[in-house]
Amino acid sequence: MYKYDQIDQQLVDERVAQYRDQVRRYLAGELSEDEFRPLRLQNGLYIQRHAPMLRIAVPYGMLSSRQLHKLADIATQYDRGYGHFSTRQNLQLNWPKLEDTPDILAELATVEMHAIQTSGNCIRNITTDQFAGVAPDEIIDPRAMAEVMRQWSTFHPEFALLPRKFKIAVSGTKQDRAIVQAHDIGMEFYRDAENKVAIKVWVGGGLGRTPILGTVIREHLEWQHALTYCEAIIRVYNLHGRRDNAYKARIKILAKALGIDEFRKQVEAEWLHLKDSPNTITEAELARVAQHFEAFDYASLPAHDASFDAAITSNAAFAAWAKRSVHPHKTSGYRAVTLSLKPHGKAPGDATSEQMHVIADLAAQYSFGELRVSHEQNLILADVKLSNLFAVWEKARAHGLATPNIGLLTDIICCPGGDFCSLANAKSIPIAQAIQMQFDNLDYLHDIGDIELNISGCMNACGHHHVGHIGILGVDKDGSEWYQVSIGGKQGNDASLATVIGPSFSAEEMPGVVQKLIEVYLKERSDEERFIDTVRRIGVAPFKAHVYATTAPKSEAAHV
Amino acid sequence: MSNLITQNEIVTDDWALVNLPEVDQEVRKQAGKVVLFKLTGENTISAEQIANTQIPATGKTLVPLSVYLARKNEFAPRIAKQEIGIWLATHETLENLTKAEPNLNIFPLIAVYVERFADGRIFSIGNLLRTRYGFNNTLRAFGDVLRDQLFFLKRSGFDSYLIRADRSAEEALQSLKDFSQPYQGAVDDKQPVWRRVNRGQNNVA
Repeated sequence: MYKYDQIDQQLVDERVAQYRDQVRRYLAGELSEDEFRPLRLQNGLYIQRHAPMLRIAVPYGMLSSRQLHKLADIATQYDRGYGHFSTRQNLQLNWPKLEDTPDILAELATVEMHAIQTSGNCIRNITTDQFAGVAPDEIIDPRAMAEVMRQWSTFHPEFALLPRKFKIAVSGTKQDRAIVQAHDIGMEFYRDAENKVAIKVWVGGGLGRTPILGTVIREHLEWQHALTYCEAIIRVYNLHGRRDNAYKARIKILAKALGIDEFRKQVEAEWLHLKDSPNTITEAELARVAQHFEAFDYASLPAHDASFDAAITSNAAFAAWAKRSVHPHKTSGYRAVTLSLKPHGKAPGDATSEQMHVIADLAAQYSFGELRVSHEQNLILADVKLSNLFAVWEKARAHGLATPNIGLLTDIICCPGGDFCSLANAKSIPIAQAIQMQFDNLDYLHDIGDIELNISGCMNACGHHHVGHIGILGVDKDGSEWYQVSIGGKQGNDASLATVIGPSFSAEEMPGVVQKLIEVYLKERSDEERFIDTVRRIGVAPFKAHVYATTAPKSEAAHV
Repeated sequence: MSNLITQNEIVTDDWALVNLPEVDQEVRKQAGKVVLFKLTGENTISAEQIANTQIPATGKTLVPLSVYLARKNEFAPRIAKQEIGIWLATHETLENLTKAEPNLNIFPLIAVYVERFADGRIFSIGNLLRTRYGFNNTLRAFGDVLRDQLFFLKRSGFDSYLIRADRSAEEALQSLKDFSQPYQGAVDDKQPVWRRVNRGQNNVA
């Protein structure tokens, strides 16, 4: 993975000093609440219900063992011994003290980490596929470009105070796993007819209050122009995006208002001036960064391993885990492994300091000292030998990290919700926990098969509920918490936004509602059909009929 | 004590700022909240305001863009004496100006007024004035200008900053040096770091 040189290190050190002084000025009353807000947000610091929340950047989800050990230590020393991995592949601390945050950042800087631009109206952490570099369906490893873009976007002076937050995702695989269509800019890398690396550029996607899938603004962009083309897009947005209403300030609203053709015309006109300017990426710079992402020194291994095969045959629990948690790898004899941060009944995406230390050790021992965070809020060891999978499983299982539910109903994407977040309308973690307990039967879960259930505590959609096969949205009605259910959303190349099935439900009703949805699926599915396929084939109506036939919403019952 | 920084020094402001006459504006709301930002290109100035704007007869004078465009002939003799500068707000666009004055360097000073700290349009405006329209003279930011914008303003082509009256310009000077080696090329240094210094393979810290 990318290692800092003295230029990178100096920059994060200077940031710590700058932020330390900003906090000093705020505490001394030299900065008002309103003036401090954009400054602290651009450093990932929110003021939340109980305490501040600090969001630490994990660029495109890559972490080293050393960094994870440090995060665990920070969570122990400055927080309550755990952290929360977010859908932007970052790590959030829920209980730090404002006064401590400069020290936390100083600690982070010692392991080449920071919290720069993890919030605020600026270019956020650039995300990508958690299997980048190892996925068999990968065409281009997008991480070097993601790092080049990370550096370019860090303290970009022209885009320091945009109308609203700005999210970029990059992907280089046949099957998109980075949800490029749900980003302000999505960059899909591919090889063109001349076998050169090119980019298909998507713009104006996003979830939140007004969910919209992105539109292709350019089918073919030579990679050298990635930065200048982004500058053209973001300049048009910076000048013309709405600042008068925060709910209409994302680039998707501008692109829709102008229409994609007019928006493209303005961007291309701007780009004429920027194309070939010094921010054009050189072969040498890409090569310098790419050397950090070169393939590891893999052993030459056969495609099969006898000890692994034997363990699969003799140990049903291991086999069940391997079926869900082990993923194919480009290199013979290696696999990627997802460690589940979704044990039933716990907050999805949370890891204790102890677990973080265990995972960091596993990565050091079995996976070249590196790991990744997925936007599904799990941790991945990307380069494990087949022959080591059993040992990894045993240790992971001993620490609650081997729930065999990856990609199943209880592998829930879930935001922190009303328990922590001051934006939330409703709690989301207890809903996730109740659903996990309702379906706490592995055979049943495996029978239901591949399904994605996403929960957000408010329309800001941190839990990506619009692209969940089942999406749950917390809503506020007259001061009480209700949950709106939608189905048919999907991430990937054939992404779609979910459809709301009807009136909202109370928290207690939610496990039963999900149960009903699953019953319809189990009854209607044809061979090999996943939940999402059945929804797409038969539509929302049968699901709606079954759910509302037997579960009269309490909000309506009250009027009978 | 002056609160004006130009070229990394605190200097006396010898320009007289001309404001448009005040008019009553109704409070606009969107989604129940007071609108804090004017839309880009929104026309907020009436012909009457422009006609009623009083211009001092002599001395270095900073004129609103709209007044300059509408009453250009009045200013011609003083343009020759290098004593007319113009200012615009962040929601105003540059197209009318550059149509009327293809050579912006007739102005010794262009100033951009930022009503609110969070309004980042000022950075794109600075960038365009410098890189697209070739403005080489003093480019000033004024309004809600606080020290934490200065580094970005400098990189976007500004070289003069009128710090908000209740804050210390002396302290703000420090922020011009917040970062010693920024990553990307910008107006002040067009070269990105990889063209500026050798970040070769042996340069790992």
